[in-house]
Amino acid sequence: MAQAGHAEHSNDGAVKEIWKVTGILTVLTLVELALGFWMMKIESPSSRLAMKGTIVILMMVKAFYIVAYFMHLKHELRNLIMTIVVPLALFIWFITAFLYEGNSYKNLRNTYDPYKKAQTTIKVEKKEEAHGEHGSEKHKAVE
Amino acid sequence: MSTTTAALPTKLWNGGKSPFNVEYGKLMMWYFLMSDAFTFGAFLISYGTIRFSSNGWPDPNEVFQSFPGLGSGYPLMFVSLMTFILIISSVTMVLAVHAGHNMDKKGVVTNLILTIIGGAAFLSCQAWEWFHLHHEGAWWGANPFLNADGTQSEQSFTNYFFTITGFHGFHVLSGVVINIVMLIMTLTDQFEKRGHYLMIEKAGLYWHFVDLVWVFVFTCFYLI
Repeated sequence: MAQAGHAEHSNDGAVKEIWKVTGILTVLTLVELALGFWMMKIESPSSRLAMKGTIVILMMVKAFYIVAYFMHLKHELRNLIMTIVVPLALFIWFITAFLYEGNSYKNLRNTYDPYKKAQTTIKVEKKEEAHGEHGSEKHKAVE
Repeated sequence: MSTTTAALPTKLWNGGKSPFNVEYGKLMMWYFLMSDAFTFGAFLISYGTIRFSSNGWPDPNEVFQSFPGLGSGYPLMFVSLMTFILIISSVTMVLAVHAGHNMDKKGVVTNLILTIIGGAAFLSCQAWEWFHLHHEGAWWGANPFLNADGTQSEQSFTNYFFTITGFHGFHVLSGVVINIVMLIMTLTDQFEKRGHYLMIEKAGLYWHFVDLVWVFVFTCFYLI
């Protein structure tokens, strides 16, 4: 705001905006956590996927509020906004391509490498107990 | 936005002034943060690729379920605490930047101290979590956890977890150090002599970026 052009941003308004954004970020985080807790009880893969999708969308909304208001990017000149945001659009393709590639690799390997597939589908039973004991010892040590 | 463009006519690129209307240091901080975003993005996308190529993956609610002093069986609780600590420290940083705009030295000092405390609290939480997981047998190259479906899990899970949260934690540590430097400079009246607190703004940008990255790390590792 020491820069020209931000002068119209009044003092009270700025502080109000900070608390408003804080409230929005808190509510979004609480909704994410509620979805996370709810997801523990859900078995169906398709509804789990839908909930994960919702969490990712909420994450993007949170990122927008932090960058736009806390980092003040929304109040900068359009030139500056574009030099930052446009290169980051590359991420859309990075994410799409790499996740598609990972999934494709899994499918190919499961089709053509039966040994690997068998190795990764053996259930391990015994280790769970050992891990539990180890964990409880640890808690005593911490407390 | 419309008032801003009206006040600065079409001559933005004719020279004589910054077409971005920000000082050099702040612009460069934005470009640094953009490059850092690509580094974190590369890490997280690599994690996603490996996760998508694996037949099974550990359930975060079984791995991260301990709370200091309470023992295990509290999934999501500790990481929620860490998330809120970081959000609150981000808010105090905005308030510090805002106080800087008003040349309010006392406000800057108070809010910077609160931000430093928040950062230190977050780092302590992370240290506790790392020690706890290490005690359970998890480390780079060692994964004691099973996949959600009960099959043997791969080491990539812990490798990615420690690398990415470690890289983020290192950013938090540098942020705390930067904020301490800012606090010392404020207390010794460096900014009063300069006549502006723009340096706090650049430190603030970095600190918010650290918070922003945690939003992504938190979602990718603990929630989904």
